[in-house]
Amino acid sequence: MKPAFSVILLTTLIGAGQGLFIALYLTELLLRPPAHLSAFLLAGDVAALGLTGLGLLASFFHLGHPERAWRAASQWRTSWLSREVIVLPAFMLAVALHGLAHLLDLPVTGAVGLIGVILALTLYICTAMIYASIRFLQEWATPLTVLNYTLLGLASGYTLATALAGALAPELVAAYALGATVFTAAGFVSRAASLLRNARLAPKSTMQSAIGIKHPHIAQQSQGFMGGAFNTSEFSHGVSAGVLRSVKWSFLLLVFPLPLLFMIGGLTAGSSTLLAAAFALQYLGLLAERWFFFAQARHPQNLYYQVTG
Amino acid sequence: MTQLALVIDLNVCVGCHACVTSCKQWNTSGAAGGLADLNPYGANPSGTFFNRVQTFEVGEFPNTQTVHFPKSCLHCEEPPCVPVCPTGASYKRETDGIVLVDYDKCIGCKYCSWACPYGAREFDEQRKVMTKCTLCVDRIYDSSIPEAQRKPSCVIACPAHARLFGDIHDPDSEVARAINERAGYQLMSEWGTSPANHYLPRRKMEIRIHPEDLERVDNPLKVDGQQPQAAHRIPAREDHST
Repeated sequence: MKPAFSVILLTTLIGAGQGLFIALYLTELLLRPPAHLSAFLLAGDVAALGLTGLGLLASFFHLGHPERAWRAASQWRTSWLSREVIVLPAFMLAVALHGLAHLLDLPVTGAVGLIGVILALTLYICTAMIYASIRFLQEWATPLTVLNYTLLGLASGYTLATALAGALAPELVAAYALGATVFTAAGFVSRAASLLRNARLAPKSTMQSAIGIKHPHIAQQSQGFMGGAFNTSEFSHGVSAGVLRSVKWSFLLLVFPLPLLFMIGGLTAGSSTLLAAAFALQYLGLLAERWFFFAQARHPQNLYYQVTG
Repeated sequence: MTQLALVIDLNVCVGCHACVTSCKQWNTSGAAGGLADLNPYGANPSGTFFNRVQTFEVGEFPNTQTVHFPKSCLHCEEPPCVPVCPTGASYKRETDGIVLVDYDKCIGCKYCSWACPYGAREFDEQRKVMTKCTLCVDRIYDSSIPEAQRKPSCVIACPAHARLFGDIHDPDSEVARAINERAGYQLMSEWGTSPANHYLPRRKMEIRIHPEDLERVDNPLKVDGQQPQAAHRIPAREDHST
């Protein structure tokens, strides 16, 4: 598939926003009453809202008719995309209300936060199921996709929480760093598992099933046209195998070991700059990870478009 | 329930692309707007088509066959592109089973094209909506044209009569009989999409000649042993051109 940058930005930004909000809620739940932390939690809510808002904005650039986007909420019975379109603004509303409750010092932060966390977890499932539910994109059609989106979102959210705490609430840095480490490690296991699974994946569709002729030697001579088409641009990443490989190794380094090293450096040196760099690196890595996620999926329609002519 | 569909005879298709051009012509002239042609006379032209004819070589030289393979939307009975649509723009008609896109509802998110294993949907870069074969829904019900012409444009254009059109659920229809009697099959049946369009396979074309076909065993000449008179040597009337 051709990676769409609007979708890469959407999924990584909201994933981090959701993870950050979950980190904030757990802080509130475990350290109550968090009176002196209210300002930090408010700042965190603003950051989560900013990330999800940017993600939502990015998603509009994916649409041919963004002015009709409201229609996308109508088919929640069958479409995971429609469900995401509903849950994302609902989550943003919960985050905004949570921030407002902290700002006005209302006693409903726990209840609103719990709703926000449920929506955040639901949103991970909705986003990932958009991809995992397409059964013939075999690289995506696995529960590992849901697990990856959730764990990588939580990891980047906790890394961001660590960076924010480094600047605003130093007493929370260690706890967030521990969470970031746990989720980054779990994310590595799950993402590595999906990479191993995909490396051994045999395509179900073949040239034989594509045109229905049972012969071992079938070669396309012509795809029916000399120029370009949606079919020749939308479903292939257009880069060499070498580039694909280097993107894979880049994200494996950027998402998993490097942020942890920077975080350890930041913790031992007490440097909030290093903690911020840890998030920046991990986010950069997640952009590459998401790019690779799209690029790696092999669409069966490509069987019909192999030879120009 | 009616399920309109095309049945394409691969044994007959000669790969002339008449269905491609007639499809483009009909659908670019319709009320729904033209099919985009971007940079048509430039170095890298691209455009929207609902129907393509592709060519495959089957076998190894010298035992090869050239298979011309027309492909358009297959109007699946379990269309994977329909439930994924977030707006309901993509739908399957209850009355005749045609899978259509409501261009006024489509937001152009392209998700349905990801969810079609056949690559049957093409995003139109000018109208910014997803487009696909409509089985000429604006033609097959048009009572202002003669009844014989109320067929998809590609079917009428095909000079080899390789494309049949009709209700595959009606066992007496031409298409259902073609599927049943000539081993019609579906594409990529492994995904359970149950495409309505079927393809008729290539058939072995050979003539079996028995000795009796060349020489009659009951030839009366052999019965009485009499041979005909010597052939005429003098030009007769038939030997002169008139």
